[in-house]
Amino acid sequence: MSTPSESPVAPEPPGGVIHDLGYRPYAGPRLGEATVARSFFTTGLRNTYGLGRSARSKVLPMILLGLMLLPALILVGVLVQAKDLLGLDEQIVPYSTYPITTQLLISVFVAAQAPALISRDLRFRTITLYLARPMRRSAYVLVRFASLTVATFLLVAAPLLLMYVGGLLAGLPLARESGRFLGALVGAALLAACLSGLAALVSALTIRRGLAVAAVIVVLLVSYTVVVAIQGISYESGHETVGQVAGVFSPYTLVNGVQVVLFDSPEATATPPEGAAMGVLYVVATLLAVGGSLAGLMARYRRVSP
Amino acid sequence: MAVIVTAGLTKAYPRVTALDHLDVTVGEGVTGLVGANGAGKSTLIKILLGLVPATSGTARVLGHDVAAEGARIRALVGYMPEHDCLPADVSASDLVVHLGQMSGLPYAAARERTSDVLRHVGLAEERYRPIGGYSTGMKQRVKLAQALVHDPRLVLLDEPTNGLDPSARDDMLGLVKRIGEEFGIAVLVTSHLLGELERVSDHVVILDTGRLLRSSATTDFLHATGSLLVEVQGRPDADRLLGQALVDAGLTARPAGGALIEVEVRDETTPDVVRDLTVDLGLGLVRMQERHHRIEDVFREGAAGSVHPV
Ligand SMILES: Nc1ncnc2c1ncn2[C@@H]1O[C@H](COP(=O)(O)OP(=O)(O)O)[C@@H](O)[C@H]1O
Ligand SMILES: [Mg+2]
Repeated sequence: MSTPSESPVAPEPPGGVIHDLGYRPYAGPRLGEATVARSFFTTGLRNTYGLGRSARSKVLPMILLGLMLLPALILVGVLVQAKDLLGLDEQIVPYSTYPITTQLLISVFVAAQAPALISRDLRFRTITLYLARPMRRSAYVLVRFASLTVATFLLVAAPLLLMYVGGLLAGLPLARESGRFLGALVGAALLAACLSGLAALVSALTIRRGLAVAAVIVVLLVSYTVVVAIQGISYESGHETVGQVAGVFSPYTLVNGVQVVLFDSPEATATPPEGAAMGVLYVVATLLAVGGSLAGLMARYRRVSP
Repeated sequence: MAVIVTAGLTKAYPRVTALDHLDVTVGEGVTGLVGANGAGKSTLIKILLGLVPATSGTARVLGHDVAAEGARIRALVGYMPEHDCLPADVSASDLVVHLGQMSGLPYAAARERTSDVLRHVGLAEERYRPIGGYSTGMKQRVKLAQALVHDPRLVLLDEPTNGLDPSARDDMLGLVKRIGEEFGIAVLVTSHLLGELERVSDHVVILDTGRLLRSSATTDFLHATGSLLVEVQGRPDADRLLGQALVDAGLTARPAGGALIEVEVRDETTPDVVRDLTVDLGLGLVRMQERHHRIEDVFREGAAGSVHPV
C-alpha cells in the first residue's frame, strides 16, 4: 500500500478507512443438510468444552475433565507399579463402577454445560436465527442433544480409556480387558445419553441459565442420593426388590444396573437388578429415559415461536 | 419477476385474525411493508419463511411454495427479526461466520463473506468484541449482517429501525436502500412509519389489521396521498392569498399553523401549480416540502375514501 502523501489517486484518509470494494455476490458451493448438521454438531461439541469460546468458558469443563482423569491416572500408576506386589489381576476399580465413583463431577459437568448449549439459544432468542435457516426444528433438537451426549460421553469415557491402556501396559489379559472396556463404553454412552437428555430437557424448560444449572444439579444429585439411601435401607432390611426398582430412578444406578444385566459387570450398588424381569425393566427404563427426554424436547421446541 | 406472491393468505389466531385474505405481489427492488402495530407484518414474514403455517390461502417466495418448500426458501432468503436475537457472549464475527455455515457456506467462504458483510454494514474493529457490549445501532447492524452473509436473493427485514436514534435510523435506511440498489438483493422491509419507508422503497404495501389497504409504487403513492407544506412571504396575508388561489385552482389547501399552508398533492404537477401561483401573486416562496405521513394519516384518509386499495 502506498503512503498517503505520495499516492497520486485516492489517498488513504486519516484513520485508514478501507476502500469499499462493492458488494460481491457468492457463487461458490452451498452445502447440504447433512453437512450443515455435522458442522453444527461439531461447533456444539467444541463449545461444550469452551473451545471457540472465551478463555473463561474453558475453565470449568477442563478442570472437570482433569479431575475425572486424575483418579484413573493414580489407579493406573498403582496397577502398573505394584501389580505383583499387591497381587492384582484386574482393574482396582471396575470400569463400570468408575462413573458412579465420579458421579459428582459428571453431574456438575452436565449441569453447567447443558444450559450453556440449550438455554442460551432460547434466552437470547438466537433460536430464531437457526429456525430462519434451512435446518429443521427437529434436526436442531437432535443435533444439540447429540453434541451434549458426545461431550458427556468423552468426559466419562476418557478415564476408562486411560485405565484400559494402563491395564494392558500392566499385563492384564487383552481379550478380557477389551471385552470389559467395550461393555463400559456402551455403559458410558447410555449414561451420557440419559444425563444429556434429562439435562437438556430441564435446560429447555428453565430458560434462565442459573436456574437451569441449579435445577439439573438438584435433579441429578438428589435422585442419586435418595436412590442410594433407599437401596441401602432395602438391602439391610431384606426388601431388595424395593431397592432394585428404586435403582431405576437415578441415571447412575440405572446404567450401572444395565451393565450388570447386559455384560455381567460387577455391581456398584447395594441392590443390583436380579432376574430377567428386573433386567428387562432396567433396559426398558433406560430407553424410555432417553426417548422420553427427546420427545419432551421435541414438544418443547414445537412451542418455541420464531 | 415476482419475488413474493400471496393469494387469499389468511392467518387466524384463536382470538385475532392476523392476516385476512391477503393478495399481495412483491417484485425486485425495495418494498416497504407498512402497518400499525398488530397489522400483521411480522406474521406475514414468518409465513413467508415457512416458520408459521397459514390458516388458508397460498404464498410463493422466489417461486417456492411456503407450505411445502420452507427449507428451500430459507436457503435463499435472509431474515432480520424485529426482536433481540443476539447472544451476548460471542463476537459479531464469530456469530456471523457460524450462521453463514448454518446457511450452507463452507467455513472458508463463511469467513470471507462475514468480513465483507460486516464491512458493508459498517462494523469495524468492534466485530471481535462480545456483542453484549454493543449499542442498539451496532446490534441492528449485526442482525442485518447475519441476514446477508449467505448472499440471499431476498431479505426480509422486520422493523430494522426499531429503537434507533434519528442518525442511526438514517444510516440503517441508507443500508436498506443500498441492499436493494447496489447489492441487487430484493428487500421487503417493514415499519410502522410510512414516512421513513417512502424514502427508500420503490414500492409500498400497506396493511391494516391483516387486510391490504394499498399496494403501489412509491411515486404513485406520494402523489396520491402526500401533501406539501408551503411557506410564502411578501405580504402580511400572503398565506391566506395563496390558499385562496390554490382552492380556486381546484386544489385542497388548508392553514397548517403559523404562516404555513398544507396542500394536498393531486398529481405530479401540483408542486408546479403552487410555484406558478406564488409567482403570479407576486409572493416569495420560502419553502415547499413533502409532509411525511404517519401511517395513521393514511388510514384516516383511507377511511374518508380518498385512498382506494389498488
Ligand atoms: N403467536 C401468536 N398467537 C396469537 N396471536 C398472535 C401471535 N402472533 C401474533 N399475534 C397477533 O396477530 C396480530 C398481528 O401481529 P403481528 O404480525 O406481530 O403484527 P405487526 O408485526 O404488524 O405488529 C396481532 O394482533 C398479534 O397480537
Ligand atoms: Mg411486528
